[in-house]
Parts: sequence; C-alpha cells; structure tokens
Amino acid sequence: MQELIQVASNGLLDRRAFLRGGALFTGYVIAGGAAAAPLADAPWSKSAGSNSPTYEKPSRFEDKVARTLSNPNGEPRTSHARTPHHLLNGSFTPNGLHFTINHSGTPDIDPEQHRLVIHGLVKRPLAFTLDTLGRYPLVSRMTFVECGGNSAPLFSPQPIQATAQALHGLVSCAEWTGVMLSTLLEEAGVEPKAKWLVAEGADSLALSRSVPLSKAMDDAMIALYQNGERLMPGNGYPMRLLLPGWEGNMNVKFLRRLKLVEQPAMSYYEARTYSQILPGGKAYRFYFLQEVKSFITHPSLGLKMKGPGFYEISGIAYSGNGRIAKVMVSADGGKSWAQAALQTPVLPKAFTRFRVPWRWDGGPAVLQSRAWDEAGYAQPTRAAFVAARGETPAPFPVTAFANQHFNAVTSWAVDAKGEVSHVYA
Amino acid sequence: MSMPSVLLLAAFAAMPAFAQGLGQRISESDLRAWDISILPDGTGLPPGSGTPAQGARIYAEKCVACHGEAGKGGTAAPLVGGAPLTAINTPKTIANFWGDATTVFDFIRRAMPWQQPRSLSDDEVYALTAYLLAQNRLIGENEAMNARTLPKVKMPNRDNFILRFPERI
Repeated sequence: MQELIQVASNGLLDRRAFLRGGALFTGYVIAGGAAAAPLADAPWSKSAGSNSPTYEKPSRFEDKVARTLSNPNGEPRTSHARTPHHLLNGSFTPNGLHFTINHSGTPDIDPEQHRLVIHGLVKRPLAFTLDTLGRYPLVSRMTFVECGGNSAPLFSPQPIQATAQALHGLVSCAEWTGVMLSTLLEEAGVEPKAKWLVAEGADSLALSRSVPLSKAMDDAMIALYQNGERLMPGNGYPMRLLLPGWEGNMNVKFLRRLKLVEQPAMSYYEARTYSQILPGGKAYRFYFLQEVKSFITHPSLGLKMKGPGFYEISGIAYSGNGRIAKVMVSADGGKSWAQAALQTPVLPKAFTRFRVPWRWDGGPAVLQSRAWDEAGYAQPTRAAFVAARGETPAPFPVTAFANQHFNAVTSWAVDAKGEVSHVYA
Repeated sequence: MSMPSVLLLAAFAAMPAFAQGLGQRISESDLRAWDISILPDGTGLPPGSGTPAQGARIYAEKCVACHGEAGKGGTAAPLVGGAPLTAINTPKTIANFWGDATTVFDFIRRAMPWQQPRSLSDDEVYALTAYLLAQNRLIGENEAMNARTLPKVKMPNRDNFILRFPERI
C-alpha cells in the first residue's frame, strides 16, 4: 500500500495518486467500513433478461437522473430543462440530458422541408437542404454550450440552497458534427461591406441574434449531429448554429436564415435579455464570451457523505477562450489549494473533468474549485466578481435570472454529519 | 481558427470540384417571406404606418389578455413603465432599457401575438409600436410610426451601454 500524500489542508491528497492507477487503493482501509454480507445469486442472475430495445434507455434504477423543468405544463413562456451535473460523471452530456431553453416551445420540423438560406450582402444568395449540407466535408468538435444566464442564482447576496443542477444546469457538452460556416459563406461570396450576420430560427419566435462575421469565419459550424446522432429536437433539430465558447442563445437553433449585414440588428435578446445591468446603471452589450468557469459536482449539495474516509472530489471546468490550463481545489474555503488532475484529452472550449483525491476526516470542510484557461484568465473568486459586477438587493427564486454571465467560484460546505450546503466563502 | 477548420480549408482548396458548391441559387424576391430583419438605422423597415390610437384598438383585441390593461403587465411582462436601473436585477423595460425603437417593431412583427406570430399586418405592427412608445411617453400621443419616423425615436437609455469585448466585434 502506497502512501497518499496530503498536499493541502483538510485532507486534500496528491493528484498524482490517480496517475499511478486504481491499484493504488487496493487494501486502502476506510475507517468504519463494515464487513460485507455473504453472497448469493440474485433473481436477475437466475433467469434470462429482457430483449434489446431498438433505442436503449438507462436502467429503471436511474430514473432520478433527469432534467428539471421550469415550465412543465408548457405555459406560454420560456421553458428551461437543466442538466443534472451532480448525477453525471465524465466530460460529455448524454443527448437526453443536454440542457435546453426554448422560448416558445420545441417546433416539430420536417427535415425534408426545412431550408437554410444565406443572403443579404453576398454575391450569390443560396438555399440548402439538410441532405445537401450532409454532402459537404463534415467536421466534428467537442464543445460546451452554456446559457448566458447560467449560474445566475449566485448573484444572490445569500447563498441559495440548491443543487449543481439548479445553480449550473444550463451548460452541457457534446460532440457536434456539421459543416464549417466559413465553407458556406465562401460559396455565397461575402461582400466586403458585410460585418455581421443575423441568424434566425424556424421556431415561432423566429429567434434572432446578430453574430460578428469574424466569429462566423473563425470556428462557427452548422451542426447537424449531436454525439453522433441527429440533433435532439430541443437542441435545434434539424440544424443549429454552433459558436464554440459563445453565449448559448447565439447558437441559434432550428436555423433557417443567415443574413449578411453591415450592423447588428439589435434583436430582442441582444438588446434586452443578454445585455446585463452593472452597478451604477450602465449595461454591458455584446458580452458573447462564456468565460473560464468550474464547479465541483462530487460532492455537492444533494449528495450526502457516507462517513469519513476516502472520496474523490471531481467537477467540470471549461472556458470559451480555449483549453483549461489548471484547476486548483481547496477543502478549507480557499486557505490552501491542491492542483487537480485533468482528465485527458483536454480540448478547447469543451468540458474538462478534474479530480482530486480527498481523505475526509469527518470534520467541517468548505470545498472550492478554481480554473485557469490557456489564454491566462483565472476564474474569479466570488468576492472579487461581485465587487465588480454587483449582487442583487435580496435573494430571489432559484429559477430567476437576476443577471447574466456569472463565472466565479462556487463553495460547498460539508458539515460533521456529511450534509452538503451552498455557502459563500 | 481551430486546427480542424484549417485542415478542412486546406482540403477545400485542393478540391476544385467543390468550388462550385452545392447550394441552390435563390433570389431575394423568393425569400422575401422570410426576410424580416430590421436594423436600428431603419434598414428593412417595410412600407406602412400606424398611430397610437390605432394601436390601442389592436392592443385591446390581441395583446391585453397577456400583457394587461394599458401594458401594465399580466401573465406576460409589463410593456409600459419601468423603474430606474438601480439594481442589477431591475426588470428591463422598453422605457428604462431598450436602446433602439426598431427593436420594438422587430420583436412584435417576428414573435407576437404568442399564439399567432407573424399574423399582424405591417400597418398593425407600426400601430402597436406607436401605441407602446406613446404609452411610455417616448413619442407624442398623435405621432405616427413608419419607416422614416421610427428609427429617429430617441430611446432614453441608448447611451448607457458598454461594449464588453470591443476587440471581438
């Protein structure tokens, strides 16, 4: 049995323990561990199992691993479905659990009849069918999509007691496959005067956002597949704009039109919703970027600790600026820090799972993670963040969007009973 | 530019057959039914006109059920009034926040009424826009809105925006 080296106070252990493989923990004694009961065959081992379905769903024992809905009865308002981060692991979000926000329901689009048009300041206005787009050279890339309002509950002056799903569930990560938008724009022939494009969906709101042409020519994609299968209806079937690292709302779903223009349209969502008020009354416009963020998913609120001993602290980190360079984890509210192991491959603008071994002594602990990206940006502490961006005068419902673009540190307190709560530290 | 797209463009350049492309040519007149984009300088605004009084009648028929009497709000957001922006979560309204009057026309035309989007005539959209701007005291009670007058409406909050990342635009 090898020595587990403590590298930060309150039981944080050397991340390199993971690099030596799982055998490390053979024989590791968890204090209070009871003897296992004698074994016998269970009923499922003594008869043949069920037939394979055409499209498999998770075990019935996993039915609590589900999205939470803000508008379960489909009233005439926005519907949010949040990803259960505290019940998942790894770096990708299953398609059925990918977050969605739809402002006027999910349209039932016939892919045969759907069209994408590119027009405006172009030499050749063009129309594309889904089949046509599938004939172009396709590219796959892993990228997160995050709502600009994700993590908004942390603008509250007192910590709102809610799971990582409720606080941070409006971000997910998938492998998207599609056509680079630059390929289609070059075919259409963009006029030199064009500086923006206005993207519009085929939903009943005809949701519309203005995108700088430079982003469109850089890494924008018309996504046709999500984790290998066609896009989920709630994620824009049959095609969506994918702007890696940029505000989710700009990744226009059900995409049907791209108009090249000289100036931004100042559509409702850019003029109002995703322009955020600053202390003093001015407001940011065109934030676009989803900046470096991380949060711990295990342990986190809703997951009770089962006695002192060994645990893995893990969570997800991501940045719209590129790759995650480093994640530090604290178990004492930020007084001391241990560097987390990053699950490879570490991909730009994608979830990176981080892990730190932890020997919980059964006493109070405050767990935090803080990420840095390859562009050199550090995830801010909450204190530094609210000093610049403010907080609300009073707490508010967890589903409300008090403000946007919160990317500071999240803190989970573990008490002596093993209960986890949300704190500011 | 990411590495995959660099490689892709290199491949694209090496495949002259692809330069013809697969997109079907379409004329601007054939996609006019979809082209509802309005820019803040008035580009794209259609012919037509409407007054606050005309808008009040349409509002009472098609909007009041959700947005309440005189735009004071109901199951949907208030459209008239708005507090000073003293908190970071002050509800944003046409009067206290929106920077461009063209956004009002654009959103009504593309998205409202909720149950029947894009069912209003352009005259009706101008009239509703005029009604809401007049109720918010941003234009006179008898001022007609059209492609010439709407972009000239001065929105009170228009100079209070800061570009977050100007280098990205």
